Amino acid sequence: MSRIATRFAALRKEGRGAFIPFLEAFDPDRATSQAILDGMPAAGADLIEIGMPFSDPMADGPIIQEAGQRALKAGATLAGTLAMVRAFRARDGATPVILMGYLNPILAYGEARFCTDAAEAGVDGLIIVDLPPEEADLLAADAARAGLAIIRLVAPTTDAKRLPHVLDGAGGFVYYVSITGITGTRSAAIADLAAAMPPIRRATDLPIAIGFGVKTPAQAAEAVGIADAAVVASALIETLAASLENGRAGPDTVARVLDQVRAIARAIREVRR
Amino acid sequence: MSGEELPRERLIVTHFANSLRTGPDARGRFGSFGGRFVAETLMPLILEVEAAYRAARDDPGFQVELDRYLRDYVGRPSPLWPAERLSAALGGAKIYLKREDLNHTGAHKINSCMGQILLARRMGKTRIIAETGAGQHGVATATVCALFGLPCTIYMGAVDVERQKPNVFRMQLLGAEVRPVTSGAATLKDAMNEALRDWVAHVADTYYLIGTVAGPHPYPMMVRDFQSVIGTETRAQILAAEGRLPDAAIACVGGGSNAMGLFHTFLDDEAVRLIGVEAAGRGLDTNEHAASLERGRPGVLHGNRTYLLQSADGQIEEAHSISAGLDYPGIGPEHAFLFETGRVEYVGVTDDEALAAFQLCTRSEGIIPALETAHALAYLTTLAPEIGPGGVIVVNLSGRGDKDIFTVARHLKSGSPGGADLGEIL
Repeated sequence: MSRIATRFAALRKEGRGAFIPFLEAFDPDRATSQAILDGMPAAGADLIEIGMPFSDPMADGPIIQEAGQRALKAGATLAGTLAMVRAFRARDGATPVILMGYLNPILAYGEARFCTDAAEAGVDGLIIVDLPPEEADLLAADAARAGLAIIRLVAPTTDAKRLPHVLDGAGGFVYYVSITGITGTRSAAIADLAAAMPPIRRATDLPIAIGFGVKTPAQAAEAVGIADAAVVASALIETLAASLENGRAGPDTVARVLDQVRAIARAIREVRR
Repeated sequence: MSGEELPRERLIVTHFANSLRTGPDARGRFGSFGGRFVAETLMPLILEVEAAYRAARDDPGFQVELDRYLRDYVGRPSPLWPAERLSAALGGAKIYLKREDLNHTGAHKINSCMGQILLARRMGKTRIIAETGAGQHGVATATVCALFGLPCTIYMGAVDVERQKPNVFRMQLLGAEVRPVTSGAATLKDAMNEALRDWVAHVADTYYLIGTVAGPHPYPMMVRDFQSVIGTETRAQILAAEGRLPDAAIACVGGGSNAMGLFHTFLDDEAVRLIGVEAAGRGLDTNEHAASLERGRPGVLHGNRTYLLQSADGQIEEAHSISAGLDYPGIGPEHAFLFETGRVEYVGVTDDEALAAFQLCTRSEGIIPALETAHALAYLTTLAPEIGPGGVIVVNLSGRGDKDIFTVARHLKSGSPGGADLGEIL
């Protein structure tokens, strides 16, 4: 069984939802982001999502855009991102790691080589924002061969007729984009979220994670009350950005981000399922 | 196998056996280029636009309506002008200018804006967004929005807002809201990112009116179809004037809409050379140009697979051109396909060569061309003697240059030949 399936099965047994914090690789520099990554499991991360910096992140709001710019300035590359995962895996063999990003850097790296190298580094799944089901064959065979789950995005605009098409070939879990909009801008109403779940449940047995607009411990707790996992991204990056001094990591950057991870994890663990 | 190695065999099977004019396929591919690389939130909307466009295209009433606006509002057909003094000055083939500069708003952009706004109305959309670089597409979009009373938001890089102030003012006069984009490099590609972000957040009521033959399918096909009126008219006009097809048809290429509009009609006329002129900026072998085909590599940006200026790591690089309208690190996917098949030749023209051609056209024909267009004109210096007397060349005079006079003045002042006096006046 894959690390992702194993982790969700264990959490189901525990009777609680999963917390998936996000960090942008190399933001604000490699060592700091490695320290945040390495500290996340102990702070309560159940799975971890790592952003692969791209110059033109079309689905992201200003907070993650700026994180990507800082990361690229700090020398972020795909190879460097994979090296971070490799270093993490040397200490943690169990926490699933998902890479999220855009297609072009992967094409530049070579899609087959990327899938092989990512799996070897210890990556479990990929979320490629600009690779909808219509274009998924570009990566599907290479990812399957390497044992990487292709995690599909489902949006409020994905209607019931389209849903089976979107979930065909999906692996790992389903990522429900809770708002029509970009990351870190607004939040969905809990009633809308609750109404969105049943059609997805009927269409798949995969766990469902809710992301985009989940910012506070309370919102994360609400999300795992109706879905299986909550992804928190922009709120953590906002904390990181606020801790920077002249664009560089401050003395408490790692601690402040991990404190916030702990606070959200605590709220999620209080929700019994 | 890398993505770059796949296309060649595949496209020979699917396209050479047939016609070059049949693309794209059902997935929006021209050979291995094009496609629909957008986030899931937008995907249903892209499919909706495609279905609506196909329905409109098959509806004779839509074409009748579009033709009326093109004739009575845009001012079509545009003339095909025999440029005798320019031909004489270059000493070779006879040159004809397709006068897209005479369209309402002064460029070819309105052809596609008119088609798309009629489509947006059919779809029941009540708000229009667009990106713009030089501001020509923004002005054309703001114009059709004023005509139909639709609210309009134009995304424009903050750098371009500064260097294209007259067009910003025009858009505002027309009632559009111009939103300066400060993210990334604050130019056209960032304006397109921001427009896509707006669209994702307003999927229910908003139509994204893309300005060129790029973006996700169906935009490259749809914008090409709306711009093809240029080539269709040109073909009939040159046959009437010369009794034969031209030896060459030439156009500048940024995203590539005016060039696709001219070329598409001629793709299967093998005897007609088709030449696209990219902006070579300060030179193809510097890092400051916009020559996506000649110096880029295939990749994915803004919804389609095409040639892009990018780093070894796949990060998108900034383009440079004296003309803001060519200042884009990508190119329409159909051009990428025509480049790889070899059907269209792509060449580069530098800032300085474009400036010289700008002056030559102005003084020999009394026509001030856009700086974008001046790139196509500049290549005539090579092409007209090469084709020689007795030959015929058609150039797409894609836009007028009033918007560029201050940029030109600034450059002439700083020492280009032949224009010191003009520089001082301005």
